[in-house]
Amino acid sequence: MEDIKLIEAVERYISGQMSPDERVYFEQLRKTNAEVDQMVFEHTFFLQQMNRFDDVKNLKATLNETHIHLGEKGLIKAPRLKGKAKVVYLYNRYKKVTAIAASIAGITALTISALVWSLSPGKPANKQDIENLSRDIRNINQKVSQVQKQNQVLNQKIDGVKDQAPAESNIPFITGGTGFLIDTKGYIVTNAHVVKDAQHVAVQSSNGKDLFAKVIYSDIEKDIAILKITDKNYKPVSSIPYSIRRNGGDLAEAIFTMGYPRNDIVYGNGYIASKTGYNGDTLSCQITIPANKGNSGSPVLNKNGEVIGILSKKENTVEGAAFALRSKYIFEAVNELQKDSSYKNIKLPVASTLKGKERTQQVNSISGFVFMVKVD
Amino acid sequence: MVLKTDQLKPDSSEKALLQGLARNDKKAVETIYKDNYNLVQALVVNNSGTSDDAKDIFQEAMVVLYEKVQSGTFELNCQIKTFIYSVSKRLWLKRLMQQNRFSISDGHAESVSVDEEMEEHEKRDTEFTMMERAMNGLGEPCKSLLEAFYLQKKSMQEIASSFGYTNSENAKNQKYKCLMRLKKLFFSQYKNESL
Repeated sequence: MEDIKLIEAVERYISGQMSPDERVYFEQLRKTNAEVDQMVFEHTFFLQQMNRFDDVKNLKATLNETHIHLGEKGLIKAPRLKGKAKVVYLYNRYKKVTAIAASIAGITALTISALVWSLSPGKPANKQDIENLSRDIRNINQKVSQVQKQNQVLNQKIDGVKDQAPAESNIPFITGGTGFLIDTKGYIVTNAHVVKDAQHVAVQSSNGKDLFAKVIYSDIEKDIAILKITDKNYKPVSSIPYSIRRNGGDLAEAIFTMGYPRNDIVYGNGYIASKTGYNGDTLSCQITIPANKGNSGSPVLNKNGEVIGILSKKENTVEGAAFALRSKYIFEAVNELQKDSSYKNIKLPVASTLKGKERTQQVNSISGFVFMVKVD
Repeated sequence: MVLKTDQLKPDSSEKALLQGLARNDKKAVETIYKDNYNLVQALVVNNSGTSDDAKDIFQEAMVVLYEKVQSGTFELNCQIKTFIYSVSKRLWLKRLMQQNRFSISDGHAESVSVDEEMEEHEKRDTEFTMMERAMNGLGEPCKSLLEAFYLQKKSMQEIASSFGYTNSENAKNQKYKCLMRLKKLFFSQYKNESL
């Protein structure tokens, strides 16, 4: 019997959909064929696992809802969301709707600025074969028509929500890159080109929540920027699993990166290809890794979970070639920033807790500290 | 651990709550939550935890209780409160031990031995994480397709039309491929884990 047919039969057997005759025949088969018997056993176990997973996942969702609900009503002593909890709740609920509504308003302006941006002369030498990895503005045009369609349907809902949502939610966040936490208090490092000319900046964590942030340091030449999460909903994390290395990596050293070229976090792995960057640039090193628009600002880590660079550019002419700004410039940027006494307390993570762990575990721990950076 | 003799046996309303919990019934979950959360939060916060830790610990304890009632036993040998408190205490102690702290001071709330439940929960929690990893590693449209068939119990015809397959036979083939991949992802971890 073919495997696909067999699995189908096993499933019908388990769920009791077999006719009595068929069942007798199948049970006979089970007795005489150990492989079939094993398969029934294994598949039953697997389906049970899947169902349990779903049940617990659903329960966890109910628990979270209940927690918020009871907290808002004051029925449990959990700390309540400060201020306009109701508004925030509604805002979260209709975030998509308002964001779409707002993007319609902003989209024409953005398209024009995108055109101006793409046509205006950049750095002449780099322009042709190198590009920054900001998420693609050129796709916006296609998206406009899709969005407009959705908009008609959503218009009614929006009217009801507009009054309740905070004014800030009307910011049409579009382009973006990636950033990662360098201090538990909400300091994030990314590329300067990602947040260049931004009016507003927000970061989205792995659980999909948008948090407002502001640019507190930007160095276009080195292409490094530091953001501070200003959002009230940000809760400082207890510790950061990775560390930042002062010196760069070695040639051929294995590296990996995590970033947001699309709405979900994407993992990539590769190696250090050259200790210098584009045209012998000593600020950065060349790495071979799959990189896409939106990967800008992603951390580049070695096998011990130490950040050795910030993914910043890719070369168009060579497949897989990208450039990472050396991590020592994170230290330099922070030093520069600390001259201002209000940023004296920034503390970069010094010890990686990821050493010797399996990659999946490392990635799992890191993902919560890597954010999508959105600008308007 | 000493069981007090005057400990109250669970009454019928507690049984109804447990039955509700087994069905993931919102009302039941809310009642249990409301009646027990503060006690657990006090325990965690008084032992150098935050209210976020308390939320995690309490919700995990709820999962342990859920797992227990899933097996069809709606009779605890103690009150729901005592059970949740005991489990929470164990969970928080474990968390503290990972941070090299070994004791916690609890208030005056009663507790019972929950060794068996904790052991079972650890196994199930590992399995949950493995399935979660496998599911996340699967990618789309496989994940949604399998969820639609196995969890939402949609028919192959429905799936074919909503996922844009030309006929249910194609959808079936795709489902089979996805299932094989998911099983591989799941069982490969299972083997690593049980070594």
